[in-house]
Amino acid sequence: MITLEKVRQRAEADARTNGCYLNPDSPFLNDLFDGLMQNEERYGYPSCPCRLATGKFELDRDIICPCDYRDPDVKEYGCCYCALYVRKDVFEGKTSTKPIPERRPKEKLDGAYGVSRVGGESLSVKPSETTATLAKEFPQIKLKIWYCRQCGYVCFREDPPYICPICKAKREMFAELQLGMGKQA
Amino acid sequence: MKSVKVAGKNSKHKVFLYTLSSCAWCKLTKKFLTEKKIEYEYVDVDLCSDKDRDAIRKDIESRGGEPRYPIIIVDDKILIHGFRKDKISEALGI
Repeated sequence: MITLEKVRQRAEADARTNGCYLNPDSPFLNDLFDGLMQNEERYGYPSCPCRLATGKFELDRDIICPCDYRDPDVKEYGCCYCALYVRKDVFEGKTSTKPIPERRPKEKLDGAYGVSRVGGESLSVKPSETTATLAKEFPQIKLKIWYCRQCGYVCFREDPPYICPICKAKREMFAELQLGMGKQA
Repeated sequence: MKSVKVAGKNSKHKVFLYTLSSCAWCKLTKKFLTEKKIEYEYVDVDLCSDKDRDAIRKDIESRGGEPRYPIIIVDDKILIHGFRKDKISEALGI
């Protein structure tokens, strides 16, 4: 069972690992943890509390906290979209947080309408089992294999991450991995 | 679509919000309006049916907005994205 303490510990560990900080405003931070826990309970994964999720893993994958957009947003604006993660100067109170522009592409935003599961209905399959089934259900999702040319990290998703979670290389360092079944001579 | 009405002494303007039940910025917005004793009505979009979500998106887009929350609509004319205390205060004259 997910608890607020688990949500907090996970966020603290992630901030430490990735060189960012948690929002220093305690009541606001607790509201964010509440939202993350609420989403994990109803969807099965902690999607961003400040974005509309569908409850379908493949469609929400990019907004599962920490979202795909966190690192570039923290770098550019001083905080991520929901302001859970902040930059050092914001943590130290030298800069304040405010709502930032949405970096998530419009087609992904549009995905939250018309395909949702609401009212506490949770996924009938585990997230790890959804990739193939939902890819069939949503043919518009074109999953590809991407690899980081710097460290070799491999992922299977629509687009490469903005920043490699392993070596922090930028998106431009990712290339699509083409798998072919060629005839042997 | 289920909306919730929050009573307040100041009902000079018609204030309507689209919010998410999990969103911390949305909570801040509601708290701010309540503290200022503003009467308002809100819909938590994440708790709505697919059909209602579609209708909400169309309503937001017809007002020139984008589907990101909270959205504050004052007197059916002014649309504010996000918890922008300065803009909300200006629109409400507080």
